[in-house]
Amino acid sequence: MNPPRPAPIPDAPPTLKALFLCFTVIGMQSFGGGLSSWMRREVVQRRGWMEDPQFLGGLALAQIAPGPNAVNLCVFIGTTLRGGSGALVALAGLMGLPIALVLVLGGLYGWLHALPGLAPILGGMGAAAVGLNLATGWRLTQRNLRSVSQFAIMVATAVAVGWMDWPLLPVLLVVVPVSLALSFWRG
Amino acid sequence: MFLSLWQLALLFSALSLLAVGGGNGVIPDMQRASVDVHHWMNNSEFLDLFAISRASPGPGSLIVVLIGQKAAGLAGALVAGMAMYTPSCVAVHLASRAWRRFQAATWRKQVEHALMPVAVGLTYASGLALLRSTEHEWVAYGITAGSAVILAVSELHPLAVLAAGAVITLVLGS
Repeated sequence: MNPPRPAPIPDAPPTLKALFLCFTVIGMQSFGGGLSSWMRREVVQRRGWMEDPQFLGGLALAQIAPGPNAVNLCVFIGTTLRGGSGALVALAGLMGLPIALVLVLGGLYGWLHALPGLAPILGGMGAAAVGLNLATGWRLTQRNLRSVSQFAIMVATAVAVGWMDWPLLPVLLVVVPVSLALSFWRG
Repeated sequence: MFLSLWQLALLFSALSLLAVGGGNGVIPDMQRASVDVHHWMNNSEFLDLFAISRASPGPGSLIVVLIGQKAAGLAGALVAGMAMYTPSCVAVHLASRAWRRFQAATWRKQVEHALMPVAVGLTYASGLALLRSTEHEWVAYGITAGSAVILAVSELHPLAVLAAGAVITLVLGS
């Protein structure tokens, strides 16, 4: 929990308050899932606190590490921008209001269960959130992937994990070394 | 009560480290433990909690807080949440700190460069997995496709698209 050191962090690291507010916004907007898309939108696209390569490195770390991916990514961003205290305020922002909300809803769940419009509303938001996910994939592809080999690795990863349902770790044990070899070989 | 808290702590700290590749993979384990092993709730109650966690914004993994609340009240929610999030968050924090130390190294840039297509692939993969796991009928496929196109080419706020998806499904039926 050291205070952030100025050197290794981006030019103007955000204040803890700004970080907290940013993740509060993410926490309260992310209906239907797709949190990594919301984080990229708020942290990379709107605030410019991070570039895509750094964000994507964190996304890979968040998926490889144990634990829920969205929370892991939040910890990565908080730590990278402002160290341990950054991770804590980002987590508090992401989870604070949603936790309060689910606990209230959980207390009312018998009543909620009887609500007729709930299932279609959830279904519709969920379907749109999948679209958000795919759109983020498209934007990332356009902005960051330059070569045919990168494109092939992207497709292989997406199909193996998302379509064939192969377990993540063995897939990564194949695609990451291949991608590393290509990257170093090209220089 | 104290037994439940202890069981919650054990269960979720184990699941925290077992949930490689995301929290969704361990939902069936949570269900088995909550319903069959510890009898905190019946199956339909578990599905209600799952629906609530999906209805709320924020991480889907917040279902652990709901399970804790059902098992042992507010203290249960606290214990379950801490147990689920602390081990993995500490691990990711330490890894991120170590990674940050090499910010300026050339090899780190190359590793990031190599991870980029993999991470983009994983972004598509999570969308594809959701498409396959939820009950997608033609209305839902239409909403997914429409929102993907709109959000890819325009700067429209995603919340507007989510709201439109909810309204369309409500009107057309799911």
